[in-house]
Amino acid sequence: MNTPKELRYSEEHEWVQVEGEKVRIGISDFAQSELGDIVFVELPEVGDEITVNEPFGSVESVKTVSELYAPVSGKVVEINEELNDSPEFVNESPYEKAWMVVVELSDSSEVDKLMTAEQYEEMIKE
Amino acid sequence: MHKEDQPLIFELSTPGRVGYSLPEMDVSETDLSELLPEGFLREEEPELPEASELDIMRHYTALSKRNHGVDSGFYPLGSCTMKYNPKMNENVARFNGFAHLHPLQDESSVQGALELMYDLQEHLIEITGMDEVTLQPAAGAHGEWTGLMMIRAFHEANGDHNRTKVIVPDSAHGTNPASATVAGFETITVKSDENGLVDLKDLKKVVGEDTAALMLTNPNTLGLFEENILEMAEIVHGAGGKLYYDGANLNAVMSKARPGDMGFDVVHLNLHKTFTGPHGGGGPGSGPVGVKADLIPFLPKPIVTKQDGVYKFDYDRPQSIGRVKPFYGNFGINVRAYTYIRTMGPDGLKAVTEYAVLNANYMMRRLAEYYDLPFNRHCKHEFVLSGKRQKKLGVRTLDIAKRLLDFGYHPPTIYFPLNVEEAIMIEPTETESKETLDAFIDVMIQIAKEAEENPEVVQEAPHSTVVGRLDETTAARKPILRYQKAE
Ligand SMILES: Cc1ncc(COP(=O)(O)O)c(C=O)c1O
Repeated sequence: MNTPKELRYSEEHEWVQVEGEKVRIGISDFAQSELGDIVFVELPEVGDEITVNEPFGSVESVKTVSELYAPVSGKVVEINEELNDSPEFVNESPYEKAWMVVVELSDSSEVDKLMTAEQYEEMIKE
Repeated sequence: MHKEDQPLIFELSTPGRVGYSLPEMDVSETDLSELLPEGFLREEEPELPEASELDIMRHYTALSKRNHGVDSGFYPLGSCTMKYNPKMNENVARFNGFAHLHPLQDESSVQGALELMYDLQEHLIEITGMDEVTLQPAAGAHGEWTGLMMIRAFHEANGDHNRTKVIVPDSAHGTNPASATVAGFETITVKSDENGLVDLKDLKKVVGEDTAALMLTNPNTLGLFEENILEMAEIVHGAGGKLYYDGANLNAVMSKARPGDMGFDVVHLNLHKTFTGPHGGGGPGSGPVGVKADLIPFLPKPIVTKQDGVYKFDYDRPQSIGRVKPFYGNFGINVRAYTYIRTMGPDGLKAVTEYAVLNANYMMRRLAEYYDLPFNRHCKHEFVLSGKRQKKLGVRTLDIAKRLLDFGYHPPTIYFPLNVEEAIMIEPTETESKETLDAFIDVMIQIAKEAEENPEVVQEAPHSTVVGRLDETTAARKPILRYQKAE
C-alpha cells in the first residue's frame, strides 16, 4: 500500500496536500483498493463551501457508493473534471491523476489535526 | 445449465417472416397523417425483429431457463424476504371479478373489489397497530416517500416550518435517506453502537427542534431487534418529531410485536415481501402506509370506506397530500396479500415469524464457526456475517457470492449494510426446510475451506454458469444500452 510521506490523511481516508493557503484533496491508495473499481466520481462545484467531516461528494464503485468526507473546511476553487470521463484514475493513480478538489482553507489549523503518513499507516494496519 | 450461446431476438430476425395473423379489418382505414400531427409521425419503419411464433417461444423459453427464482432454488437474499409465493394467490388474482375490472367502473359494480380493499386496510391496521391505512403506494420506497410527505404536511399544518431534518441510522436501507431527500428533507445519520443498535447518546445529540422524523426499521438491517425502541420513541417524540417505521422487515415480528405499540407514527409495509407478492424480477410491488390518528387527515385520497354495508371511495379529504398513484395502487398485488393473510390466519402469521427467526438463528450458529459474526447475539429473520477472515486469504465476499452460483444458489446480499466490512447478509425465510438450509450451510462451509486450501477456485468462480465473471467495471463505465446492428 502506497502512503506518500509528504501528505496528511483523514480517518475517512482522504489525503491532503498543502499548497500554501490551499490544499489539494483525493482518496488514499488504501481507500481505492477497498472500494474496488471506481465507475463514477461526484464532486462539488467550484465556489461551493465544504465543511470538515461533512460529505462533499461521492465515489461509486462496482460494489458500493461511498461519501467523500471533507478533511478540512473551505471554499472549492478547482475540481478535477477529468474524473468525469476517467473515473479509473482513482484506481490507477490515486495521488496524482486522481486529485479531486483544491480548497482554499478557512482554518489552516484543521490541517494540523490530520494524521501523518505514519499514523495513517498504523490506523489501516488493523 | 445451458452453455451454448443464445442469440439476441434481433439476430434471429429474417426479413418478411411473421409470427402473427390478424383478423380482417372491420373499421374503415384512416391515414395516420390525418390523425396525428406531423412531428409525431415516424419517417422510417421501426426495425422490429421478424420471427415466427415458434422461434419466439423457443427464444424466450431458453432465456427463462437461465433465470433463477424462488420457484427454482434457494434465494437467501438478505433484506429481500424471498419467500415462496403460494400459487393460491395467483388463482385468486385471476378471478374474473378481479382480473377483468376497469378502474373507471362505477362503484356499485365493483363492491366485491372494494370490500377486499377495505378488509385488507382493516387487516393491515390490526397487524401494524395503526389507525388507518392507504393502499396506494406502489412499493416500499414509494411508501416511505408518501409517509414522509404526510409527516411534512402534519408539521406544516401545525405551523412548525423548521422541521427540515430526517434522522436515519448508518445501517439504514439506501431508500430511507433517498426518500427523505426526495421529500425535501435533509438527512442526518446516527451511528450504531458496538451492539449494532442505534447509539442512544448519538441520537440524543442529533434530535432537536429541526427534527421532522426518525426513520427506523426494527429489526434493523443487521437483523437485530432495536431493544431500546421505547426510549428512542420518547427521545424523538419529546423533541416533537415523528417516528417512521420501515416495515420491510416485518417478517421478523409479525403478529408478535406491532410497530404501533412500539411508538411508531407511520409505517410502510412491503406486501411484495412479507405478504407474498411475487418480486425480484417478478410483478410490481405494493407498499401500503399506516398512520396513527393525528396523521389520518393527510393520507392520500381516496381511501375505501364503508357506510351501511356499502363500500365507496372517499375523496372528501381536504388536508390530504393528494393522490400518489393513478387509480388505487397495485390492486393485483393487494389481492395476493389479502389471500395470503386470509389463508394463514392469525396463528399462521405468528408461525411465519417464529420459523423465519428460528431458521435464521440456526444458520447463523452453524456458520459462525467458519465466518466472522460481527454481532454475536440472537438475530431476528436475518443475520450479517463478515468475510474479513477470508479477505485475509485473498478471497473477497464478492468471490464467495460468485462461487455460490456454481452450486445453483442465488447469493446472499453482499456489501450491505454498509457498517459491516465485507458484509454477507443472509435471510432464509420461513418457507425453507431444514434440509435446504443444511445443504446451503454445507456449501458455505466448503467455500470457507476452499478459501484456505484452494483460493483460486473461489477467486475465479463461477465455473459452471452460462457466462463467467462479467466485466462489471466496463459495463458501468462504458455502458452500451441499445442494440446496434452489425454493419
Ligand atoms: C429495509 C428496506 N427498506 C426499504 C426497501 C425498499 O422497498 P422497495 O424495494 O419495495 O421500494 C427495502 C427493499 O428491499 C428494504 O429492504
